[in-house]
Amino acid sequence: MTVNGAPLLEVNGLTVHHGQLRALDQVSFRVFPGEVYAVIGANGAGKSTLLRTISGLHRPTDGAIRFDGTDVTGLRPERRATAGIVMVPEGRRLFASLTLEENLQVGATYARTGEWNIERVYELFGWMRERRNQRTEQMSGGEQQSVAIGRALVANPRILLLDELSLGLAPVVVQRIYSMLPQILATGLTVVLVEQDVSQALRVASHIHCLLEGRTTLQGTPSDVTAEQVEAAYFGLAKQGDASLWPGSAPSSRGY
Amino acid sequence: MAWVSAVIQGILTGGLYALFACGLSLMFGVMKVVNLAHGDLAVVGGYVAVGVITVTHVPVLLSFLIVVPLMAILGYVLQRTVIQAALNRSILTTLLVTFGLSVVIENGLLQFINADSHSLGVGNSIVTGSFKISSQLQIGYLLLLIFAVAVVVLLGLQYFLTGSKYGRMIRAVADDQEAAQLSGIDYRHVFGIAAAIAFATVALAGIAYGMYSQFSPTTGTDTILLFAFAAVVIGGLGSLWGTLVGGIVLGVAQQIGAQINASDQLLAGYIVFLVVLVLRPQGLTARRAQT
Amino acid sequence: MSSVSETTVRSEIKGFRVARSRRNVAWTGLGALIVVVVLALFPYIVYSGTTNLMVQGFIVLTLASMWNLMAGYAGLVSVGQQGFVGLGAYFVLLLNIHNLSMFTALPIAAIGCGVAAVPLWWLVSRLRSGYFAIATWVLATTVMLVIEKFPSLGSGTGMSLPHTPNLSSTLLEADTYWIGLAVTVLALASVYLLLRGRLGLALTAIRDDEVAARSSGVRVGSARMLVFVIAGVGCGAAGALLAVSQLIVQPSAVFSVQWTAEMAFAVVIGGIGTIEGPILGTIVYMVLQQTLASYNAWYLIILGLVAILVVLVARRGLWGLADDYLHVRLFPVGYWLRTSERAARLASRRAAASPGPRSEATREGDG
Repeated sequence: MTVNGAPLLEVNGLTVHHGQLRALDQVSFRVFPGEVYAVIGANGAGKSTLLRTISGLHRPTDGAIRFDGTDVTGLRPERRATAGIVMVPEGRRLFASLTLEENLQVGATYARTGEWNIERVYELFGWMRERRNQRTEQMSGGEQQSVAIGRALVANPRILLLDELSLGLAPVVVQRIYSMLPQILATGLTVVLVEQDVSQALRVASHIHCLLEGRTTLQGTPSDVTAEQVEAAYFGLAKQGDASLWPGSAPSSRGY
Repeated sequence: MAWVSAVIQGILTGGLYALFACGLSLMFGVMKVVNLAHGDLAVVGGYVAVGVITVTHVPVLLSFLIVVPLMAILGYVLQRTVIQAALNRSILTTLLVTFGLSVVIENGLLQFINADSHSLGVGNSIVTGSFKISSQLQIGYLLLLIFAVAVVVLLGLQYFLTGSKYGRMIRAVADDQEAAQLSGIDYRHVFGIAAAIAFATVALAGIAYGMYSQFSPTTGTDTILLFAFAAVVIGGLGSLWGTLVGGIVLGVAQQIGAQINASDQLLAGYIVFLVVLVLRPQGLTARRAQT
Repeated sequence: MSSVSETTVRSEIKGFRVARSRRNVAWTGLGALIVVVVLALFPYIVYSGTTNLMVQGFIVLTLASMWNLMAGYAGLVSVGQQGFVGLGAYFVLLLNIHNLSMFTALPIAAIGCGVAAVPLWWLVSRLRSGYFAIATWVLATTVMLVIEKFPSLGSGTGMSLPHTPNLSSTLLEADTYWIGLAVTVLALASVYLLLRGRLGLALTAIRDDEVAARSSGVRVGSARMLVFVIAGVGCGAAGALLAVSQLIVQPSAVFSVQWTAEMAFAVVIGGIGTIEGPILGTIVYMVLQQTLASYNAWYLIILGLVAILVVLVARRGLWGLADDYLHVRLFPVGYWLRTSERAARLASRRAAASPGPRSEATREGDG
């Protein structure tokens, strides 16, 4: 547990490149225990790159990541997972040849001690127990997403990274999945999530962070920012004075 | 009658081929490595057995108890060092590196031992005899034993992969390396385990081959590697039992070829291999096409 | 129309041109010509032992440049090229049996191998990397086994060329040398010119991104097949040269996988994916072979170990190291952008000042 209200996750001046392309440019933020930190932005804004870099799958060119006070920037992904940073990757990425239960078992291989185990996941997602010996390939998108979340939960993470949960899922399914969030948070987890669906993100987030072309365009809480500000930050509308480029819109500001 | 004998002989030889092939299949399935030195490793196993027997005077049938663990350790070390380094670069690099290893191993054996053939022989054990079903049909005990060993090994592998924690980890890493990392698994270690298993099985196969036939430093690439690969391809990549199916098809094809013309044994097998490669590269038992 | 898309770079750099090389390579061409002329004079200058050695080098160099074309540029790693070596040798034998001079037979054999490469490509074209490699090996072994069934070609033990030219041994060796030199020069020149042309561009595109190349209209399959066939011709020519220089064709020798080992290692050590690499690699190979010749298999052991080391540590081989440090490219096949100095300075200053493309667009209001 953190002491003195120190941040659980601290990202400082993170710059990430894909070859010559700069995907993230000097991104900084802090996440405190219990928060739901939502990162939003259009396609290609760098959201998934950010999460992948925090989880260790990608190396930054510059900047640092601190977890619970310790610098983890150079740590391999599996070490970060056992330290408590667990990601539910974009597109689910379940183990296709394994059954539902086997997927959870793999997630629990190097689990930390804590409240979450396979039984608890079965309680959270009632439908799983019956179908635990089914291969996940045959399941629907929403079911697979639940399994992916379950696989992350059984590792007993301290911070859960959710990458584009809504991708490829019907809205009603997305709602159902996000409705699980409170139960997950109740066990003391902190969540950083990436979402393309801005309204969904605003509904569940305690903090919001908008990216555009790899740079931070907005940071704050949902109650602090107006819809127009979010829209401007998301799309990168022209700054004051260039109203002619976007006829009909009021000049907006970039919040930092 | 000769044909029946040939078919039975071919089926049983398939067990030996499956033993050669399962390690190759495992390495490709888990880490996408085509180990061109695979055949030479069987020969190394055979030579190590010769050395072990000479030094410890352990019976031939029990030599595997020492050789197999030794080769497993060698496999882990080689994987964690050289092969992993090659994997970090590219597929082309792994092909070149394993090819290089093959050349180094063969010439190393040629240099430090000699070019003569060796045979482990069977000593005074029971396997020198054979079942006599009829005056024209005999089945050697040794070949039967090898087939039984192959089946046991495949069963063991299947049980290990489906029912154990490490087996699950291996399958997970084979499915999705990154997702496995996100679950806390160090895939390099898992690769090492898979390589260790592959080396262990191929060493066992090498000992079996040494008892059944003769080997020399070049047998690895002359015969074994292509047989192993043929068995894998014919049976279907990614399928353990497929290697047995492939081995049997190869063995039967060879024996039938030998019946037609004594010198066409090898050719028959390769032609079947080529036919399968062209018509159905994913093999006979694979469920879907290899992309 | 959102201002986010207003980030297209308007080229402020004036006065640039696309050139084929970083420096003037007319000197390289002249140098190469001089080298060839000198080499052509060798039979008059040196002992026949040296020219025989050179012929061995020519064989390896031709093979290496072909393997490099396949693996370094087209991504086709073949461990079965010895099939073409053997095929080329046996073509010469076959033609010689029918009273054709072995020297005349050589080019015909090479072309014959190219023709044979077409159906063989059909067999293996759909296979990828590891599968492809093994398939080529199986093919080579199969070809050998089939040829060994013909008693007229000597079956498993092989056969000497029955109709050798009625020349003194010195003249024979000299003629062999010259034809070997011709084969090698032709091989290197062809590879160079092909890679400088459309094929080279296509191959680079395929190597970078196959899907993108295909959708840009690059005929991926045709490009690869062309490479395979050319390599077949080249390796066949090398095999034919082997037959001519040895005057005997034995299956275990001409179909030996050792040929693949030699060409692959020469390429890898010299520098895969460069034209200069195979030349350097062949020299290294020949030096090693001569130094260690009395130690049997040693040179292959060392060659193999060095090759493994190079592949893992110095990816682009010896020539790659030279290129990195000296920036030399004797046979350039790429493209360079040559801009005027002033424009280059202006562009770099601008790039350093702006924090991002969007700011640049808004700052450069005058457009």
